[in-house]
Amino acid sequence: MKTFTLGGIHPPDEKRTAGSAIAPLPLPGQVAIPLSQHIGMPATPLVAKGDRVKAGQLIGGAAGFISANVHSSVSGVVLDVKAVVDASGYARPAVVIRVEGDEWDESVKQRESPDHYLSAFSREEMLASIQAAGVVGMGGATFPARVKLSPPAGSRPEILIVNGAECEPFLTADHRLMIERSRELLIGTRFLMKALGVEQAIIGIENNKPDAIAIMREAVTKHTLGIEVCPLKVKYPQGGEKQLIQATTGRRVPPGALPIAAGVVVHNVGTVYAAYEAITIHKPLVERVVTVTGKSLERPGNYLCRVGAPVSHLIEAAGGLPGDTGKVVSGGPMMGKALASTDVVVTKGTSGVLVIPAAEALRNPSRDCIRCAKCVRVCPMGLEPYLLMTLGEHRQTGEMERGRVMDCIECGSCSFTCPAQRPLLDVIRLGKSRVGQAIKSRK
Amino acid sequence: MNPMNKLIVSPSPHIHGGDSIEKNMRGVLVALLPALLCSVIFFGWGALYVTIAAVASAVLFEHVIQRYLFKQPTAIEDGSAVVTGVLLAFNLPATIPLWLAALGSLVAIGVGKMSFGGLGNNIFNPALVGRVFLLISFPVQMTTWPVPNGFETTDAVTGPTPLALVKQALRAQKPFVEVLPAGDGGHSLLDLGTGSGVGGSLGEISAFALLLGFAYLLVRRIITWRVPVSIFLSIALFSAILHWINPSYAGPLFHLLSGGVMLGAIFMATDYATSPMSYRGMWIYGAGIGTLTIVIRNFGAYPEGVSFAILIMNAFTPLINKYCKPKRFA
Repeated sequence: MKTFTLGGIHPPDEKRTAGSAIAPLPLPGQVAIPLSQHIGMPATPLVAKGDRVKAGQLIGGAAGFISANVHSSVSGVVLDVKAVVDASGYARPAVVIRVEGDEWDESVKQRESPDHYLSAFSREEMLASIQAAGVVGMGGATFPARVKLSPPAGSRPEILIVNGAECEPFLTADHRLMIERSRELLIGTRFLMKALGVEQAIIGIENNKPDAIAIMREAVTKHTLGIEVCPLKVKYPQGGEKQLIQATTGRRVPPGALPIAAGVVVHNVGTVYAAYEAITIHKPLVERVVTVTGKSLERPGNYLCRVGAPVSHLIEAAGGLPGDTGKVVSGGPMMGKALASTDVVVTKGTSGVLVIPAAEALRNPSRDCIRCAKCVRVCPMGLEPYLLMTLGEHRQTGEMERGRVMDCIECGSCSFTCPAQRPLLDVIRLGKSRVGQAIKSRK
Repeated sequence: MNPMNKLIVSPSPHIHGGDSIEKNMRGVLVALLPALLCSVIFFGWGALYVTIAAVASAVLFEHVIQRYLFKQPTAIEDGSAVVTGVLLAFNLPATIPLWLAALGSLVAIGVGKMSFGGLGNNIFNPALVGRVFLLISFPVQMTTWPVPNGFETTDAVTGPTPLALVKQALRAQKPFVEVLPAGDGGHSLLDLGTGSGVGGSLGEISAFALLLGFAYLLVRRIITWRVPVSIFLSIALFSAILHWINPSYAGPLFHLLSGGVMLGAIFMATDYATSPMSYRGMWIYGAGIGTLTIVIRNFGAYPEGVSFAILIMNAFTPLINKYCKPKRFA
């Protein structure tokens, strides 16, 4: 069975919500929809205090090429447009809406069958629909999908890879999507293939999801057309773009380059589903599947949640915040962000909410490096985390750059593995930002 | 109970694999158990007393130095001093006076480890620093090898090690034969493998017991196979060439199974702090140890050269780390 070759770890699976069907979440009383849910320029607000909005209505316009539209996820009244603290801990502009009823914008409805769009829609029309719907990468990077689907001049995409690896422990949102929406995902994949102009697509799924592999395979054999399901041997970080490309195709993306340099474009299954809805029912990206999980949660599950709903709303649905809670993470345990408050809202990139008991929330004290080389062994990019950390502590920015610190994908395998419990990734991340600044100032 | 506004915030990752220094050290100790058992069977209780003396003194010296000299919290519970003590004992004759074992521990811990700043910061393998200090300072006691007779007699009978016999034969330009002449303290290769009736250091005599420990270390992923295997391969290759040119030189199997090769390659050369970090570096380091071992054994003054070979390559480790970088993705 295929997997990537360099490094990698085997964290505990903890997919306790793998069997929970996607359940729609009741509407919250109020939402705050950030205008910056994507990489790039924040959207420009198109509504003001007091405006009435409908679900699916455009409330923030993309500001430039690398930006994305933002739509209202609910119907109601705009209470304010103000800065709201997001998962990163920074206050960023958001549209606060009081929810009234659930009235959708008239444009959001199915007019033709999906097959109609496959045959009748041109590449440009598909891209326009995806762009209009504000679809961004839903695996966590939140890169505007339209940009990824428009390869720069001179590059030629050959393969579309659909990322169903979901290698983060605990998370099952993509898993459930593949089980419950396999037909839609397949059509969505064909949309994206057409939009990219490629004949081949590979759906990469880790083999801890045999049911998803079987269902997607069954769907593929019914329709075929150059789409292949590729089971992958479980190893973290399989869902890392470069790792997934190597695992499924054997191609290696050169350092510092984008996947298109290897003729590949990768999209998460969540993104594919959003593109499907954007094209067939003109539905903007205003809701997504979020795994709400944790060892002490009463009702962990996969919830279909409107963008802008506070995390506390999700946790209430899952049985409320357990008394032993120490940490609430947006995303998975390996790469997710710890939240300072459960008032932070769900965005297009929120794949999960993980509640960690206090007993497991604190790190053990860091000790001297014993030079066991385990961090070197697990690094999927072939770096020397122990050395980068030492260089980082001594602010040797130039040496860090020569140590290829910018290759680091921040997967956290080094910190996870270190027997001396050293905060390797923390220091490397700081060093990365210093090196990044140094590179910028040279230009 | 944590109130809602007091959540813990820290950067990812939010989980840890649970590996610890203690677990690794305990794993090494477990891997050393079969060899310790063999040496007690072959050498009697003396082997155990030497081991206990070396371990107890190593732990005591580390505690005293860290606590009262460095005024740091003690770190003896990490188990590294215990490992150093056991490894030092494994490099000593089973009949060595216990005070010498303790002295060796003082040098191993004090000079070899703590003077560099403690675990992870030392350049040379501490146990080998202790052993080489004893070997040079107390050559008679350190080369008086008891012939294993288990618990049967209390009188220590001493005799030459197989490597010393081979060295004598080599000096006299007598041809090396796979099975040394019986009655001259001769041994078959099987004896060398099990350690039965073979003179030598306390822990090195049973190659099979040490290989069992190697398997355990690999299964527990405490070490990788690269350093030991590159040592074995380079020893086999180099000794085979010499043996082929001139049969006076012992063959590869003899060199692999005799002396400290197994103990050194599996437990000493793989010491975390003093071995290279990258796979490529490990190959170079291992090949260097193997080659130097054969050079010292065949052309040097000492019959055995594993300790010196490892210490010399320890000195090269920082250089190897500087120039042997791991393979970059793509």
